Amino acid sequence: MTTTLDQTIKQKQQNWLGAILGSQTVWILLSVILACIFLSFATDSFATAKNLYNITRNVTFVAIIALGMTIVIITGGIDLSVGSVLCLCSMVLAVVMHAGYSIEVGIAASIGTALVVGAFNGVLIAYLGFPPFVVTLGMLSIARSLAMVASNNTVVFQFGPDHDRLLALGGGAWFFGIANPVLYMIVLALFTGFVLRWTKFGRYVFAIGGNEHAATLTGVPVQGIKVAVYMISALSAGVAGIIQTGWLGAVTTNIGAGMELQVIAAAVIGGANLAGGVGTASGALIGAALIEVIRNSLGLLGINAFWQGTFIGGAIVLAVLFDRIRNFRQSE
Amino acid sequence: MVAVLELTNISKHFGAIQAVNDVSFALEAGQVVGLMGDNGAGKSTLVKMIAGNFRPSHGTMLMDGRELALHRPVEARQHGIEIVHQDLALCNNLTAAANVFLGRELRRGVGPLKVLDYKSMYRRAGEIFKELKSETRPRDLVKQMSGGQRQAVAIARTMLSEAKIVLMDEPTAAISVRQVAEVLNLIRHLRERGIAVVLISHRMPDVFDVADRVIVMRRGRKVADKPIAASSPEEVTGLITGAIEQV
Repeated sequence: MTTTLDQTIKQKQQNWLGAILGSQTVWILLSVILACIFLSFATDSFATAKNLYNITRNVTFVAIIALGMTIVIITGGIDLSVGSVLCLCSMVLAVVMHAGYSIEVGIAASIGTALVVGAFNGVLIAYLGFPPFVVTLGMLSIARSLAMVASNNTVVFQFGPDHDRLLALGGGAWFFGIANPVLYMIVLALFTGFVLRWTKFGRYVFAIGGNEHAATLTGVPVQGIKVAVYMISALSAGVAGIIQTGWLGAVTTNIGAGMELQVIAAAVIGGANLAGGVGTASGALIGAALIEVIRNSLGLLGINAFWQGTFIGGAIVLAVLFDRIRNFRQSE
Repeated sequence: MVAVLELTNISKHFGAIQAVNDVSFALEAGQVVGLMGDNGAGKSTLVKMIAGNFRPSHGTMLMDGRELALHRPVEARQHGIEIVHQDLALCNNLTAAANVFLGRELRRGVGPLKVLDYKSMYRRAGEIFKELKSETRPRDLVKQMSGGQRQAVAIARTMLSEAKIVLMDEPTAAISVRQVAEVLNLIRHLRERGIAVVLISHRMPDVFDVADRVIVMRRGRKVADKPIAASSPEEVTGLITGAIEQV
């Protein structure tokens, strides 16, 4: 034996370069950057301040929810209710403020609604053993219906005395001309990344996704963590709903319809594995960015909008294909 | 020698099924006990009572002379009783060090602002692997490890705190011949540290290779408890199948 036991134990499996090249997130980021460079030359309208402002802002709603979704997916779960929860939380905010309450009360009611919905999902999944797909599919239907009940299926665009404050919260640009939603997204992404890497909670989220039985046997509070994870997911939908309400200046009962699929697509493109155990906060952002760049560029390049779904679907399959190829190489 | 753990007239029934019936034995420090028996003989149930998964229906357990009542696996761990599960209970997506410390992560920081202490966990896991003389790298993902290395990770868990008793459920069931030798070596290391080891196994050669004593169970009862040197594989086989009634 040429190396001692000491050296073997201290050896790292791969250097930082290997880690970067092996990361799906990095490749997706690279393709986003390449697409942006290409579009800057191919069209006059892509690299304009207005278009970039639009893109960055449009990314945020999907990206913020994708952060919560990524945590759920890492535990091996799924949350199909986020689009409807976004709608319900927006509507609660709108109705409460429309009734004359302050923005603080409105946001508290909205966040409270999100947490209750998330806790309901989580308790059914963690303690009663329901499949996440079924519980959140039910909630997809329930939450949107409740939003219709709360608003009597009308459009709310008057937000009471704090109307302007709400619009500034979502539509303003308080910091170097960067749209406010983008700032919220960056702060939330940094926080999510920190939690996943540096806290016990984050470690347990990965452990549950890797081997739930093992996590239970080693004393990880699996059920509590699972409830928390679905509360976080609903909370991310609620926060996105609040910001989106401020940005749009109106709430209808069909906002966020079908959004869950975009959010899941963003998380998966960003490297989250639906089988559980793998995912990153940066991946959620970059996945959302890729989807938005595809959508934006098709319009600018004059390609029929009907092709949008094909390109986004292709991106999902390609991203996962990359992961398959890497696993295939490893298993050889 | 002083007994680390003493079981007296332990029984366990699930409804009408008598899984363990009036079993008594003592574990001594630095002794490896092979626990053998056919499927359904009560081995796993017995070990699960010691590990805090089940509570005995009757009988008492004494640890260092004091009565031991375990309600949850965590309590067994606090008393220095560690278990290596048959499926090892490893998370493939985590590093070796993360698996070793799972549920007992080291953290640093002040007050409520505590973050995972990666450096200390890598270092401590490395020290344990070195002590086990296992070529296992703390930073590697468990997914890419051999059966022997995976066993080392699971066994390393038991060495985080000062364990007195390590219970091992079929540690050599599904691994290659070379890795079996590795695992038996790991068991010898535990013995050298003065830990009492209970080795559940179906594999006669492993038990006769590493154990000091053998206990045979059949249909919930203890039918033999003798030094390995005073027994033979033929005798143990007879006891397991019932060809020999009791010794």
